[in-house]
This record gives sequence, C-alpha cells and structure tokens, in this order.
Amino acid sequence: MSKTAGNPKISNLNDLLAVAYQVEIDAVDRYNVLADQMETHNNPELVKVFRDLARAEGIHGEEIRRLAGDFDVAAHARDIAKFGRADSPEEADLGAAHYLMTPWHALQLSLAGEERALAYFTSIVETAKDPKVKALAAELVEEEAEHVSLVHRLLRRYPKPDDSWADDLDPPVSQE
Amino acid sequence: MAASPSISIAIVGSGGAGALTTGNSLLEAACAAGWYGLLTRTLGPQIRGGEAAALLRLAVNPVEGLPDQFDLLIGIDWLNAHRFGSEIKAGPGTLVISDPRGGDQPPMVTQSGARVFEIPMKEMAKTIPDGRPNMIALGIAGRLLDLTIEQVFAPIEKLLADKGPAAIEASHAGIKIGFGAAAGADFGTPLASPNPSSARRWLLSGNEATALGAIRGGVRFAAAYPITPATEVLEWLAPSLAKVGGVLLQAEDELAAINMIIGSSFGGTPALTATSGPGLSLMIEALGLATSAEIPVVVVDVMRGGPSTGIPTKSEQADLNIAVYGLHGDAPHLVLAPQSVGDCMFTTQWATYLAETLQSPAIVLSDQFMGQTRAAIERPADVAFIGARTVATDIAGAYERYALAANGVSPMAIPGTRGGQYTADGLTHSQRGIPTSGAADHLAQLDKRRDKLDHFNYGDHWAAIEGAGELAVLTWGSLTSAAREAIARATKDGIDVRLVAPRLLLPTQPERLAKAFYGVKRILVIEQTHGGQFHRYLRAHYDLPAPVRVFNRPGPLPITAGEIYRAITEWR
Amino acid sequence: MSTVDTQRAYKQADYKSDIKPIWCPGCGDYHVLMSFTRAFAQLGLPPEQIAVISGIGCSSRIPAYTNCYGFHGVHGRSLALAAGLKVTRPDLTVVVASGDGDGYSIGGNHFLHACRRNVDMTYVVMDNHIYGMTKGQPSPTTEPEFDTALSPGGTKVRPFHPLVVALASGANFIARCFSGEPNETAAVLVEAIKHPGFSFVEILSPCVTFRPDEKAWKDLVHPAPVAATTDPGKAARRIMTDDGFNIGILYRGNRTPFQPAVGAINIDLSELEKDFEL
Repeated sequence: MSKTAGNPKISNLNDLLAVAYQVEIDAVDRYNVLADQMETHNNPELVKVFRDLARAEGIHGEEIRRLAGDFDVAAHARDIAKFGRADSPEEADLGAAHYLMTPWHALQLSLAGEERALAYFTSIVETAKDPKVKALAAELVEEEAEHVSLVHRLLRRYPKPDDSWADDLDPPVSQE
Repeated sequence: MAASPSISIAIVGSGGAGALTTGNSLLEAACAAGWYGLLTRTLGPQIRGGEAAALLRLAVNPVEGLPDQFDLLIGIDWLNAHRFGSEIKAGPGTLVISDPRGGDQPPMVTQSGARVFEIPMKEMAKTIPDGRPNMIALGIAGRLLDLTIEQVFAPIEKLLADKGPAAIEASHAGIKIGFGAAAGADFGTPLASPNPSSARRWLLSGNEATALGAIRGGVRFAAAYPITPATEVLEWLAPSLAKVGGVLLQAEDELAAINMIIGSSFGGTPALTATSGPGLSLMIEALGLATSAEIPVVVVDVMRGGPSTGIPTKSEQADLNIAVYGLHGDAPHLVLAPQSVGDCMFTTQWATYLAETLQSPAIVLSDQFMGQTRAAIERPADVAFIGARTVATDIAGAYERYALAANGVSPMAIPGTRGGQYTADGLTHSQRGIPTSGAADHLAQLDKRRDKLDHFNYGDHWAAIEGAGELAVLTWGSLTSAAREAIARATKDGIDVRLVAPRLLLPTQPERLAKAFYGVKRILVIEQTHGGQFHRYLRAHYDLPAPVRVFNRPGPLPITAGEIYRAITEWR
Repeated sequence: MSTVDTQRAYKQADYKSDIKPIWCPGCGDYHVLMSFTRAFAQLGLPPEQIAVISGIGCSSRIPAYTNCYGFHGVHGRSLALAAGLKVTRPDLTVVVASGDGDGYSIGGNHFLHACRRNVDMTYVVMDNHIYGMTKGQPSPTTEPEFDTALSPGGTKVRPFHPLVVALASGANFIARCFSGEPNETAAVLVEAIKHPGFSFVEILSPCVTFRPDEKAWKDLVHPAPVAATTDPGKAARRIMTDDGFNIGILYRGNRTPFQPAVGAINIDLSELEKDFEL
C-alpha cells in the first residue's frame, strides 16, 4: 500500500490548516489518554510528562487556529482530516505504552510522532500544486523540525533505562 | 521488654513496587527460621501496576487469621493506599516506615496515632545499580524482626535464580542497606523466638492443599475452567495429575467441566473440578444428574463475594444456600467445608472418599481467604481416606445398578465389566435403571439415596467441637480459626466457651449437634454473609435449644478474632 | 440499523465516558475503544440509541468506558442478552463486545446460534489468543504449542477458526481487523453496523501482559488481497486458507435479518376468551 494512500486530500490552504490542526488535536488527545493510563497505574512521573506533552501540542494547535483567522478549522477538520489505516501522524503509539515506562520511553514515542509529522508535511511540500499550500506546508515542516530538535534535547536529560526497567516481581492480578 | 507471640506486618506499594514479593519473601524467611505465619493480600482493580498490600502475620504457633491492628506498616509508597483504609488498621502501638518521597501518607496512618519513622527507600535504591526500593523495605522488615541477613537473602536468591548474578547482587545490596537503615527505628515489641521443633512443616495456600487432598483421595481426572479465586487449584493439579498418571482437561465452560467429570467418573476414574460461585451456578443442573444417577464427583467452590459476578478477589460465605438447596427436586448430596488452609487438604480428601463410598456428588465449600492465603502449618498426618467405590464384579444374571441394599449403596458396574451393562440416567428409574414414572420406584430410589447418606457413620470429623462452656460459638469454614483464637483469649479471661464448627454441612447430623449443645445456655452464630444463611440453615434443620445471637457481616472484610472476642464478652 | 441523526454532529468524545479503563497500558483494547467511538461518531448515532453488551473478561469491560447504554453480563452470554434486547427494541443499535475466551469458549454455542439466527447486530471479538483476565490460560485461539500453567507444554489442540465457524453458521458479514489500525477498524465497524443482519468483526488486539510476543502482529497483518465476496463458497475457501492475519471485510451476505414484528396491537382482550367459552 502506498505511503500516502488514505491520507486526506489537500486541495487548498484551508484544507491544510484543518489537517494540520487535527494532527495537533489528535496528539493532545493521545497524550491525555496516556496520562490517564499512567495515573490509573500509579506512575505519577509519567503523568506529568504526558500532560506536559499534551499542553505543548495544544499550544501548537492554538497557533494554527489563530493562523486560520475566522475560518472554522475544527469543523472543516471533522469533514476532511481522515487518515487511512493508522493513527494520525503525531499520535503516540498506544501499543508501545507500558505501566512501568520511563520518561525516556515517553520521549521516544514523542520523537517518533514528531518525525512522522515532519515526513508527512514534507510529502505535502513535495506534492502540493497550490503555492500557498506549499508555503504553509514548508513552514509546518520547519516547525516540526524544531520539535524534533527539542525532543532530542529533552532526551539528553533522560538516560536510556537499563534492561530491567520492566521487571516487576509481583505477578499480574486476576480481577475476575 | 516482653516479647509477643505474634506480630503483624503490612507492606504497601504500587505500580511495580513489588509489595507482594516483599511480603512473600519475608514470610518465607521467617518460616525458614522456625516461625509460623500467614500471608494474604489486598489489591486495586488494575491487572498490573495497581496499588497492593501484602498482609502478614508471623507467630510462634500456627495462626490462620488476621489481627485487628497491624504492628508494623511499611509504605514503599502511598499511592492510592487510602483505598485500603478499612482493611489495614494502625494505632498508637504501630510503627510506620514511610518514604518521605512516597506520596501523602493516607488517613489510616495520619489519623491513627502511629509512630512514623521516615526512611528514603527510593533514594537509597538509586545508590545501587538496578536497586529496588522493595529490597530496602525487605531489609528493614527483616532487621526489625531480628532475622539475620542470610535468612532474608535466602528466599530472594531462590526467586532470582534465573535472573542472573547482577540481579541477585542488587538485591543483596538493597537488603543490606535496609538492614542498616532500620537500626534507628524503635519497633517496640519483638516477636518471641520460635519454638525449636523437629516437626515437619509446610508452607502452602489453601488452593494448593485442596489440590493435594484431591490426589490423595484418589482423584485422577480433573476438568478445568479458570475462575478467580479457584484457578490455582486447577493449575496445581495440571502437572501433578500427570505425575500420577492422571489427566487434566481444560473445558470450554463450566457446563462442560461438570459433565466431563461425570463422564470420567462413570468410566471408573474419580474426578473433580474447582470453581467459584458463578461456575457452581452453571454446574447445578449436572449435579442433579450426578445425584440421580448416583455418580460420585467432587466440586470445589472457592467462595468469593457475591451475588453474580460480585467481588471476585474477596471472600464471603454466601454460597451455602446454593450448595445445600440449589438442586431442583429432592436431591440429597454431600456438602463439606474446610476450616483452615491445612484442613483444605483433609476435607477435600475426605470429600473424595465420601463421594466415592456413597456414590454421590460432594460440594466442598472453600473460600477465597483460605484458598489464596499462604500459611505455614504442621505437616498434616496421613489419613487413610482413599476413595473406595463399591464396584460390581462377577455379575451373574440381570444386573441391577440401583439395587436396594442395606446401606443404600448399590454396587456400580464400571464400563468394560461383562454383564454389567446399564444406562445411567437422570430420569427417575427402577432398580434395574429403567426409566419409570411409577410411584413405588420413585419412592424407593428417593429413600435409598437419602438413607445411604443419612445412615452413614461420619465419625468425629463431621465437626470441630472443642471446649466446654455455657456459651457456644457456632460457625464454619474460614471463620473457625478466628473463632478458636477468640475463644482462647476469652478462656484466659475466665470465660468458658465451646466451639462448634461443622465440617459436614449435608447431610445434617441432628443427634450429634444436640449432644454438642449439652450444658449450653447461649448460642452465638458467626458467619460472613449478609442474609444470615448459616443461621437460617441451622434453624431449618436443627433444634437450637438456647437463645441465639447472630453476628453476620458480608465480605469483603474478614471477621477477625478480635471482633468475635468482643461479641463473646458482650454477651454474659 | 437506526436512521442517522443529521440534526447534530457528534464528536468522538461524546461516546466516551469519564471512567478510566483498568486495561494495562499497551493493551490493544485502548485502540479498539477509540475505533468504537470513531465509528459511532462517523455514523452520527445519538449515544443513547446505542447499546454495548458484553460478557466477562478484559475486553468485556468496554461498555462502562463508553457513554452508551451498556450491559456487563455474565461470562459467555452476551449474544443471548443482545438477542433479547434487539428483537424487542429493533430501533436500537446493538453492538456486542467479547474476547476470545468469553466469545469462543463458554460463548461458543451462543456464537453458532447467533450467526444462524441472524438478528441485526454487530459482534466484535477482541482476540488476543489468551485468557487475560484470569492470568494467562489458553483460549480456543491459542497456538497448540503455547506453554501455560494450565496446559504445560501447550494444549496440543487445534485452535478454533472463528471466521470459518461464523460463515458456516450463517453470519451475514464477516471481517477481521487489527487494533493497531484504529481508523481502518473504525471504517470496518461502520460498514458492519450499517450492514443488515448479524455482522461479525474479529479484532486482533494484542495482550501486552500475557502475550508480549504479540507485538509482532503489527508486522504480520496485511490487507486482504481481494475485495469482500458475496459468494459463501468463495468466502469459505479464502477464509479457510488465510494465514489468520488477513485484514479487511471478507464476506458480505444478503440474508434477510431475523426480526419478528413487534409493537403494540390493541385488541380487546376478551377476544382471547372466545376459545374457552362453553
């Protein structure tokens, strides 16, 4: 299956604004789901990490909304921002979560998301016909590149945990 | 200062803290050093990473109940620990070890008047490569109990044997640090030294004991459908049956499981399954079939909170009604109830023996508290109860599967026996086993099936009857141990109490119970139900010749010896 | 299924309750919940018009996590609950949620008859090839060599083929999805719900705690190479020979859904006495 099959069709600037907005909103929701999971599973350090990440993505989303001015990006996004088989580009991989995960793991998820978003907007720069769309996509590419660098910087603060990070001597519990 | 014969410890932690492992290791270390003890646990709703508390009691003599209050409470962290408030009680005599970075201490600590000693277990763990706070906690507990470091190391070395030397080294280091850190804590009352003894002892859970009892009683086939809190019975049986040439089959559901064991038994192989309330409900129809067709089977019900899906991880005694009355029609059968972790083995073995001897299904009412508690016990004596079915051999003439016999037990032809061919049936049948709607046959077979159970001599195992006094405490199942402890305390205070705890609930034993009540002027019934099921069962089938008080409470909280003691002393 | 409410656009969030799941982080069921809410939003159904019926097991916890009507029933009987509900309330959209243990083991018999009966509902089974909730016993779809405490060395019993059984028993729509592709799954659920009769959707949903080996599933799943067929013979061949990771709608039938006429008929009850009159 081609990489772009199933991606939303972007015909004009408003389409791109709506899709870019949705990408950020999806990321916010995803980080909040992960924060909720960490809260239920008694991992308070990761609750903070994920809420911080959610907040950061929320700010990006707000910036896009402001760029759009009076145009209702949220409504338009509901119509057109449908990604094919998988999650939208910046959504962290739920399957990679773990109740004992460390900040390093969370940042790896975030990094993967930012890199996917970067690749996605890059593909729009390459394929867009409308010069306005091309221009905005190029700006989004630069934004995402900055995010990627930021996550790399954050990763330097958190060392990769050793192999025993997921060891829990207590067995799982049967609840039913 | 005076030493105490028993100390209780709660270890609390969450999200991978390993509280349960810590508790288990401590139990093993203490038992290896000669003490007795038990371990149970309480948990949050998560499958992994939830808040958890290991609840231990260590003692000089065997114990099987939890105290009203804990002497030592170690909080590896306090995340969501407030949820355990009603189960973990602390008081001014309690020492609490708390990690200052472990979250807010819950009300059960702050409002209890307990002494708090802070030890930064998390930070200390970080000073060791691969260090874990729970190893520090284990070291602390070991030191406070005056165990040696080697005694505390031993179970951990066993546990981590296949994790490699680095993991073992990290645990050693953590335990050492914990030992050092505890030096500054003032525990108060030490645990009295263990009795030097050459008695053989076991450390096991009620579910494991149940499974062993089954095999000792002759069970060689088990059908399994997993259900909390019974699954461990079946998981222990799977490899163990294979070792003795038996088989365990996983069934697609409880309807299949009960019918599979009936099939096995029909073919001559004693069979058992283990389930809990919801599963027993499903098995009821087939239990009626086994009753009518006179095919022995054993069904263990490890009771949990009900009704319906209920509280799967907690204990209750409210399946008495369905075990005794659940079968439609008039269908007398056997119902037994173990009284302790060790008694799970005896009672299951005895139930198998009785089922086989009397050609009847037997329901064994265990419960989550006994089933999932690990306890150190004296190795029980070998008993000679091994299932001995009356089998028809050398059959001449027309075989009558359900022939009337003096003791009501008709020799059973095992498939393969020439001349013994018959069709087992749930339909009402004649002595030859032919379906009939006739009045005489129906009555004859009903009488036979009732009388074979009623006229059997069950001996003294039918109940634990201990002590003498004007007050009788009448209880059953896992509450027996708590009642025993309460009575011991009352006796020290000069109050004489008789304990009456039936192990055989069906068929009822009216004459024997009447004897047990000689001289009794007050009857205190204790049970863990909301509807007073045991009390109503007693009233339905027995004379209660003195005023009765009932102390009943549903799960999930256990009824403690302290509470029973108070009920005893309040009724003079 | 019910008519789409075009008056009000529902968002995904409208279908989520505020109860936080106890599923382990990493569990495929989080994605399935997302697929449910996405599908419901795409269909535009009012949350109160949807009933999510389940049995017992990790997957069966899903009703409480939605903002729809829900029934967390007893083990293995969700299809029976759902049949009673839908036949008397054809106006509701009924979605049944189960797992490979609840649905194919104790629920196996009800599965056969639900396919046969063909009442209009959608049956979603989150298959993780293990009994998760009771700590790792083999399920009917567990590989025969998979070692567990209850079956040391593996069951040595051939796994169940739920899609084949569904087809043979009369299911009117058969699909397989992967939880890690929530948008694709949502799209299939939309089709399944719209399709009349009994729609069966098996969702491969990895268990992070008892089957960490299932992380490999994301590399094993692949889109079905051909479009769904309406020919049961062709479908049987494809489904019987697929590798278990074939993703997509595999069969669409055209059986008429089973739905007796219900609705009050007001007659004078004395009409019913005529038979007794002497």
